[in-house]
Amino acid sequence: MTDTYVTTNMTAHDRTPIPVLACLATAGAVVLLMMVFGLLLRLAQGGMLDLAPDTFYELLTLHGAGMVGIAALGSVAVMWYFLGQYVRLSGAVFVANLVLFLVGVVMILASVLFGGFAGAWTFLYPLPAQPMGVWSAHAAALFVGGLLVIGTGFLLLYLDVARAILGRYGSLGRALGWPQLFGHDDGRAPPVAVVASTMVLIINTIGITTGAAILVMTLVNLYVPAFGIDPLLAKNMTYFFGHVFINATIYMAVIAVYEILPRYTGRPWKSSKVVLAAWNASVIMVMTNYPHHLLMDFAMPEWALVAGQVISYASGLPVLVVTVIGALTNVHRSGMRWDLASGLLLLSVFGWGAGVIPAIIDATVVINQVMHNTLWVPGHFHTYLLLGMLPMVLGFMYFLARGGRPTDAAGAERGIDRIGFWVFAVAGLGFVLAFLAGGRAGAPRRYAEHLAQWLPYDRAGALFAALVLAATLVFVARFLLRLGSARGRVA
Amino acid sequence: MYQTLAWQLSLILMGVLLAAFLFVALRARDRVEDAAPLISRAYRIRGILFWAILVVLTPVMLYTLIDLPYASAGIDRREAQVIEVVGKQWAWDLSTDQASVGTPVEFRVTSAAVNHGLGIYDEDMRLVAQVMAMPEYTNTLRHTFSEPGTYKLLCLEYCGMIHHDMIAELKVGAASEEETARD
Ligand code: HEM
Repeated sequence: MTDTYVTTNMTAHDRTPIPVLACLATAGAVVLLMMVFGLLLRLAQGGMLDLAPDTFYELLTLHGAGMVGIAALGSVAVMWYFLGQYVRLSGAVFVANLVLFLVGVVMILASVLFGGFAGAWTFLYPLPAQPMGVWSAHAAALFVGGLLVIGTGFLLLYLDVARAILGRYGSLGRALGWPQLFGHDDGRAPPVAVVASTMVLIINTIGITTGAAILVMTLVNLYVPAFGIDPLLAKNMTYFFGHVFINATIYMAVIAVYEILPRYTGRPWKSSKVVLAAWNASVIMVMTNYPHHLLMDFAMPEWALVAGQVISYASGLPVLVVTVIGALTNVHRSGMRWDLASGLLLLSVFGWGAGVIPAIIDATVVINQVMHNTLWVPGHFHTYLLLGMLPMVLGFMYFLARGGRPTDAAGAERGIDRIGFWVFAVAGLGFVLAFLAGGRAGAPRRYAEHLAQWLPYDRAGALFAALVLAATLVFVARFLLRLGSARGRVA
Repeated sequence: MYQTLAWQLSLILMGVLLAAFLFVALRARDRVEDAAPLISRAYRIRGILFWAILVVLTPVMLYTLIDLPYASAGIDRREAQVIEVVGKQWAWDLSTDQASVGTPVEFRVTSAAVNHGLGIYDEDMRLVAQVMAMPEYTNTLRHTFSEPGTYKLLCLEYCGMIHHDMIAELKVGAASEEETARD
């Protein structure tokens, strides 16, 4: 097999690899479609659209799987682009991941649209095998198989990332900055892009492998029902995988913030001891706080659930204290020029930090007992996905569309971009608050039909969703129209 | 009430965070030539914030861990009214749909096939307690009702096409005379 390598130390003036642009274009197109599905769901909940329950749950399954998928695809593009400036990554593996991703997407679409699969993206055992005749074992197998194919692609990619990082830094510890963290800080710690990629490579390799194991077990169970799985073990494995995988998207996408904001502000954002400590702590915390998804499974060992709460509280600190303060410090009175890239990136740090707040509150056992699986949950995760992860990727797209450098001419941004930004920020906040308010009122998540008292939240949510969709359409269209300048010129 | 507390706390903290971002965003265009003092001030703030969060959060966290729903199932020795609950697609099987206020009700919850979640809602559709229903496991939830009325049991774990309509009722009556005398 011939390997194409991207050049090392790629500068902002080199050409953006086409596969990166392909990933971003795919992510942009799919996010729009999934937002349309999300809007339909919200309209249906608000009683403004008549969707049969089976259609509702099919769309919910597609929206969940599709959004998680493009979150991974978009954020991997961010990681690969910046990491590729420090280590030699394989272009072939990156393309293989994109191809496997698309194959998996086709399988998932077929499973849902033709097979009627609606077991939600979390495919929680044993629902895929026990749908009361709503879908067939083949449909479920196609969905589970699709996830498996997508996971395989990402696993390959992380193995290549591991190879490249080890090739340059010798060990994962060095790539995580251990010599500087535990010894004398000689100022030569790896850049955050490398530290973050190493962190993600560790957690996601373990997460995806666990996910693959439960997917394969589910697959066997579909055709050999006598092969049963312990339901509590299955839930632990599934949620460990889902939790790590979706968290990893943010930790990859945030590399855009660490890499791009300093180019706007002219202030370096170094891997200081504190930054290194935060990222290293996150390696452990992201993997050990997942029991906050199982707080209402009283059969779990109590120590695991208590640890779930304690570690969830602690895991907010690196995000809120280190990344948020770091971003604010980098920007404060820096003479920075605003454009959509810098605006979206700063918004994204707010969105991430803001989403962590209701998440941590819900990780409190006694609060979880009256909020778990209500709309509070989509409320907090949409905050750090829609207002955090997504603007990180969108900001990166704008950055590329600008030719990979800050806007130099004032007014280069069109009026519609600026309007788009404010509509996205304000309506996005309104949208997530409508979810949170619904959760406060006790509305369960994943309900095709809502009671009368929950409708006002649904309707407000739908209105805001339409605005968010319109703004995102502007962003994605702008990126696609500027693909030429995003590709850039060879210096 | 925890829901209101969670909502208000989230709004306040998200509001403070938003204010900090707006404050910085509005000043981003000014430029100080020498950023060093500004950066060392930011590091000081970061240190203070870190310790402040730790000092406030630790006792709050310990306090919330005192009375966990798991432990209370074990230590509450008063006689309980036992209700066996089985989640099915798509209905709740209850050994009885009657209970009374004042005495703990012990819900022994399991499921016939797929995962469900037992969510107990009062007459104002406020969620008062919940526990997951998992096949092969029995999750025991103890809850003492303080208000009589007709409570609704909703499903809180996605279980397929009729998930949203998997609703049962539980009639909670006033305490019996015997009960009242004993308390
Ligand atoms: C206009 C934007 C969006 C709208 C209107 C929207 C709408 C919705 C709705 C209505 C639900 C179901 C809520 C329920 O449980 O009742 C949902 C769930 C979900 N959304 Fe979104 N969403 C949007 C953006 C996003 C983004 C950007 C992401 C991630 C990148 C995302 C990821 C998810 C996930 C993972 C679920 C959970 C699916 C499940 O429960 O199985 N959404 N969304």
